[in-house]
Amino acid sequence: MLLISCPFCGERPEDEFGFGGDASVRHQGGGDGTEPASVEQYADYLYLRDNPKGRHAEYWVHRYGCRRWLVAERDTVTHEIFSVKSASEGGTG
Amino acid sequence: MSGARRIPGAGLLAGAPPVSFCFDGHRHTGVAGESLAAALIANGERVVARSFKYHRPRGVMGIGNEEPGALVTIARPTGDEPNVRATTVELYDGLEARGQNAWPSVRFDLTAVNDVLSPLFPAGFYYKTFMEPVSAWPFYERMIRRIAGLGEVPRVADREIYTSTHAHADILVAGGGAAGLQAALIAARAGARVILADENPWFGLGLLGETATIDGLPAHDWAREVGKELAQFENVTLLKRTSVAGRYEQGFVILCQNLRDAPPAAGDPMPRWRLWKLRVKQTIIATGAIERPLLFANNDRPGVMTTSAAVGYLDRYGVLVGGRIMVAAGDDAAHDAAARLARAGAQVTVVDSRDSGSRIALEAGASVEWRARAVNTRGRAGVTTVRIEGSAGHRWVPADIVATSGGWSPALHLYAQTGGKPVWDDTRQMFIPGTTEQGAVTVGACNGTFDLGAALGEATSAAVKVCEAIRLTAAARSPVAENSHDTAGAGQWSEVRGRKRCFVDIQNDVTVADLDLAVQEGYRSIEHVKRYTTLGMGTDQGKLGNVNGVKAIAEARGEAMSAVGTTRFRPPYVPLPMGVVAAHLSPDQHHPMRRTAAHQLHEAAGCVWLNAGAWLRPQFYRRGGETDLEAVNREVLAVRRNVGLVDVSTLGKIEIAGPDTITFLNRVYTNGWSTLKVGMGRYGLMLREDGIVFDDGVTMRLGEQHFVMSTTSSGAGAVYEWLTMLLETRWRDLRVTLMPVTEQWFAAALAGPKAREVLGRVAEGFEVSNDAFPFMGGRVGRVAGIPARVFRISFSGELSYEINVPADRGEELWTALLDAGRPEEMAPYGLESMGVLRLEKGHFVIGREAEGRTNPYDIGLGRMVSTKKWFVGKEALDFPEMKNPRRRQLVGVVPANKTERLPSSAHLVLPEAPDKVGGSQGWVASMAWSPTLDHDIALALVEGGHARTGERLLAYAPIAGKKVAVDLVAPHFYDPDGGRQSG
Amino acid sequence: MTGSNLDWTIVRYSVFSLARQALAGHAGWPEAWRKPEPKRRYDVVIIGGGGHGLATAYYLAKLHGITNVAVLERGWIGGGNTGRNTTIVRSNYFLKDNAFFYEHALKLWEGLSLDLNFNVMFSQRGNIILTHDFGGAEGATMRYNALRLNGIDGEFLTREEVRRRVPDLDFSPTARFPVFGAMNQPRSGVARHDAVAWGFARAADRRGVDIIENCEVTGFDIANGQVTGVRTSRGEIGAGKVGIAVAGHSGTVAAMAGLRLPIETHLLQAMVSEPVKPFLDTVVISPGLHLYVSQTDKGEVLMGGALDGYNSYSQRGTWPAIEDVVSASVALLPRLRGLKLMRTWGGVMDMTMDGAPIISKTPIQHLYLNGGWCYGGFKATPGSGWVFASTIANDAPHPLNEGFSLDRFRSGRTLTERGVGNLPHHH
Repeated sequence: MLLISCPFCGERPEDEFGFGGDASVRHQGGGDGTEPASVEQYADYLYLRDNPKGRHAEYWVHRYGCRRWLVAERDTVTHEIFSVKSASEGGTG
Repeated sequence: MSGARRIPGAGLLAGAPPVSFCFDGHRHTGVAGESLAAALIANGERVVARSFKYHRPRGVMGIGNEEPGALVTIARPTGDEPNVRATTVELYDGLEARGQNAWPSVRFDLTAVNDVLSPLFPAGFYYKTFMEPVSAWPFYERMIRRIAGLGEVPRVADREIYTSTHAHADILVAGGGAAGLQAALIAARAGARVILADENPWFGLGLLGETATIDGLPAHDWAREVGKELAQFENVTLLKRTSVAGRYEQGFVILCQNLRDAPPAAGDPMPRWRLWKLRVKQTIIATGAIERPLLFANNDRPGVMTTSAAVGYLDRYGVLVGGRIMVAAGDDAAHDAAARLARAGAQVTVVDSRDSGSRIALEAGASVEWRARAVNTRGRAGVTTVRIEGSAGHRWVPADIVATSGGWSPALHLYAQTGGKPVWDDTRQMFIPGTTEQGAVTVGACNGTFDLGAALGEATSAAVKVCEAIRLTAAARSPVAENSHDTAGAGQWSEVRGRKRCFVDIQNDVTVADLDLAVQEGYRSIEHVKRYTTLGMGTDQGKLGNVNGVKAIAEARGEAMSAVGTTRFRPPYVPLPMGVVAAHLSPDQHHPMRRTAAHQLHEAAGCVWLNAGAWLRPQFYRRGGETDLEAVNREVLAVRRNVGLVDVSTLGKIEIAGPDTITFLNRVYTNGWSTLKVGMGRYGLMLREDGIVFDDGVTMRLGEQHFVMSTTSSGAGAVYEWLTMLLETRWRDLRVTLMPVTEQWFAAALAGPKAREVLGRVAEGFEVSNDAFPFMGGRVGRVAGIPARVFRISFSGELSYEINVPADRGEELWTALLDAGRPEEMAPYGLESMGVLRLEKGHFVIGREAEGRTNPYDIGLGRMVSTKKWFVGKEALDFPEMKNPRRRQLVGVVPANKTERLPSSAHLVLPEAPDKVGGSQGWVASMAWSPTLDHDIALALVEGGHARTGERLLAYAPIAGKKVAVDLVAPHFYDPDGGRQSG
Repeated sequence: MTGSNLDWTIVRYSVFSLARQALAGHAGWPEAWRKPEPKRRYDVVIIGGGGHGLATAYYLAKLHGITNVAVLERGWIGGGNTGRNTTIVRSNYFLKDNAFFYEHALKLWEGLSLDLNFNVMFSQRGNIILTHDFGGAEGATMRYNALRLNGIDGEFLTREEVRRRVPDLDFSPTARFPVFGAMNQPRSGVARHDAVAWGFARAADRRGVDIIENCEVTGFDIANGQVTGVRTSRGEIGAGKVGIAVAGHSGTVAAMAGLRLPIETHLLQAMVSEPVKPFLDTVVISPGLHLYVSQTDKGEVLMGGALDGYNSYSQRGTWPAIEDVVSASVALLPRLRGLKLMRTWGGVMDMTMDGAPIISKTPIQHLYLNGGWCYGGFKATPGSGWVFASTIANDAPHPLNEGFSLDRFRSGRTLTERGVGNLPHHH
């Protein structure tokens, strides 16, 4: 049972949270008004992952808490959590 | 013949009342609170179980959770409990135990014929035979399965009460021996919140019989005093009879507490087990060490036990395990034990593999022979004689107990579970912790420290450090241990090879020869040997046998112990009752059932319930003797011709506010939103990022900057999370706020040509005429006096109003609407009828026609896909596959002969080749009898379906064996122009 | 005892050889597979000594005459997901690409013990997939009708038929997960997982394949867009072709060749109870609860559930998944309440973004990838090796694995059996 330190609610157990995947992938174009990505670029964005063995920046949502999105940096081998930030401040997406 | 007897006045339970218990039909007397194993030994019961494979007789070999052999079934009024270690259950009056894995009984087991045939059944024999003929394997397998297994699973669900609790502490101390007690005391005095857990009913059991004194007190008295002192601290929780079962990340620990073994009196709510889900900052692991048995021929007979167990029964329970005890010693600790056994009156012989050592046993009256070993045993139902190999040659010596002392294995399970790496210490001949573990520290015997004084010192300094880590100041006062010495030594190994059977794993019947064979056959890795031979895979998980196994493998491989290593330590440390693991999550907590605010009214109206995802919803409302279909037909026709009322509270609702909402909606829906006026709503189609239809629903603009979005019932949570993710991670510049409000509202839809009349009677603050309140309009006002939002939207295709009121007024609204509709004899309709209505209209449903692989074009919603703007999933619609004309596309299906019924769950196949492998053209996603049209209708997903209207296919359901000719038609069966809903 | 020449007498496994050896104290059994030193060059190097890698080597030798093959294993063979799964073998897939591939695998399973001369204990005891309500049954029947139309066996069991097969399910009126009915694939079943690795290893070894344990690949030699060998902890090994079959480590190994994959690594746990006498003779699955329960030949109740839910290479699980699996098991089979949970473990799963595997050529010439098995890899083992061997031997996919190409993630022709989209932790 991971212990995730929600910046809004404090330390809470894993089962209050939902996982949102790799936070390092970036959507290019479109919504922010810039040129849309090519189909190939988009496919890579959608499907390819670094899948690191070690530090991983990832989204979590405090589903049964404040319902805010967070970006955690966690070790995928030891499950050590190095940092948790609000996605709207510290997010990388 | 057992020479076991009770020693009056000895043990911790002196003075406890006698109780009566029963084993395999034999009635005996024991002492309340002693272990069943102690009681069985005291009553001369030697064969208490049978082994897994060869069904050899098994007695008691250990004294705690490490016990591999003495597994019994306890009969309980709440349900029988199989595979109970007799060493861990506390005796109560009326306890009934019986042997298991034997026929007819453990004393006389006919299945022991396996033992005679054992040469045919070496390790892994089943991989080498039973292959031909292929059809015979099920027969062999049934045979193997019947012989395997141990006890019987309880006939019915046991009715014990289980409970679980969450707790937080600064420090968990696992193990209440000398080191654990000392560590807990230091931390407690420093003010730390401490939990001390020990699996036994007493702390400090290892100190019984200890010759050293601590702070001037006999060691066990010191333990008792520390226990008393700890009990005084408000910041300390003492948990006896509690196993620390598993350590997980970030200080999460699972403990299992035994609250009682005796069955509850009637009405007694005391649970049997409690699961502790503990979060701690630091764990001090003081789990001690387990004595290693010796390997010699026939070392599995009842009467062979570890020396610490043999003397433990005396120290704890006052039970002398035998009359003639052979102690096979390899260190001084065994002599200490032998001395106590001798003083209690047993005739003790010590054979010690060393040249010399402690004289304490000799002085206590035991005979001691140096440079001698036990090498074999005899005895049908337990040891009667032991073969000694010494400087004077071989001889057989009578004995009813062989107490073996091979050395010690630190209990590293908790340390290793989260990644700690045990290493082999060649000097002390044991695996010890090799790396430091974050958040945990090992002290005392489990750290390889066997000298009492040293262990206390180690515990003291570890506790001080741990306190410092959590910013507490602890006084580093360590008690003085006098006359303390390291009695554990390096232990000994017996070197027995050849054809005589030396058992390494007593439960699973794994012998040294099996391990040799595995290595000979190339299964060299410890994990391969384990899996090939089943070493350590029993209920004891190899607590006694595994290190001996490593040794045997190392010798077979001709390599060092360190090269072999250990298998992985996996939780739980002791088997956990599944009932207690599940205590926190009853089925309804596991998957909560959701009910709408009008649930009671539906129930009272005689509805038939339907599990719809997480929700319980009315399927239809049966009247009198109606069949299901008659009820649905009635409800559907009422809506088509008159008016009906349906509970639609389950639809997801998200309030949206902010000046950039239109921009936001333009990005999340495929269609355009820029022209949406206040007081009007619009249907939106939402895609996943991979271009697949995700959700749909109407968003209503209630004010300039105030909107309410409606989602599918099942998508409510996921849509909200996805939209907030977009806002928080990508579109932080958008001034938009979302609020999920599904649970705050009750919603009912009035549908049918007379809906306006009914609504008109109860509407307040808004007009209902077609001009004043047009199709897709939204109004805020009151309905039957209740504040309401009313949306003129339609799923049925009829004139329809969806009325939303605060959830706590849902029942009131439902009742008021039914009253208002009395002149029209308005009746409620259920989900099934709603399904028919939407099917007649050809509306798709997420999860049916849009089934997770469907894009907007597939379901004929290309017109909803704006080309003028970007939206989520837009890029994916340019994947080549998205425009493939062979994609499965939505079509209507009707039987070629309208009087025929369509088979359910059917596929569509070419009439000329219905059974061609891979010949499915697509499948029926939804179908129903249309009472409006008087024939079956269906929506189907068909390869290239849009271009195939008019084609005749077969609807084919092979499992039901049904085939019906069908025609592909446009997917709108009723009022395709939509005049009825907008008029 | 090392070297490529088979200088030991091949002992065929049979009841007769077992009896003969019993008389000789079993002293004559040879090594199941040799422990050769790696050669400097092989025609084909397979990275990964799990079931898939070993099966690939076996079929390369048996069907394609390519015997100068090495299987490189970082630890001990079969030590990954081959040795830590719930042992279920079935082919009840809906999408045609999946269905035909897994059915091919199932047919290989049916003859595998004889083919390998190693009893893998494939036990066709069915997979009872419960449906808890009418809607679920309707959808499941549609899927099983698809099975039948694809030439695969499948049947519907009514509530009463389920009760006869698994009387211990909760049939009470208050059951939270009422048994409406079930789908069953009679030919599906379970197998002895370790035996699959050992059987393929022994059979491949007999055909000349070198199985090299304790040999970790540390890099690739790539020249002009073509792989020419691998670097390992035991030296450089030249290779005409290289196949990767490393499951949860696909991403890490592919990264050494400069490839990013549509794969995330996740943890899946499984667990067993203490052994008890046989009471469950089939596999019970509840897709709604995401639960698998069966009883092993040893008598343990074997349970598996959903992923832990986030990327993980840890090979050990966290508590919530255990609690979920046990709670669901007890809810479905109330008799389990009184049993004890004996051991839990975890394996790392190579989860693709669409939930279907990748058996494919890669952008690098003569480098092939077999991975992305999600948690369906065990049942695929012989089929996976069979098509991967064909793909490597012919430098082109077999029709059975054409759909499992890496390209599908750019063409949009993804294979989402469950239709959940690019969320590996939801497959």
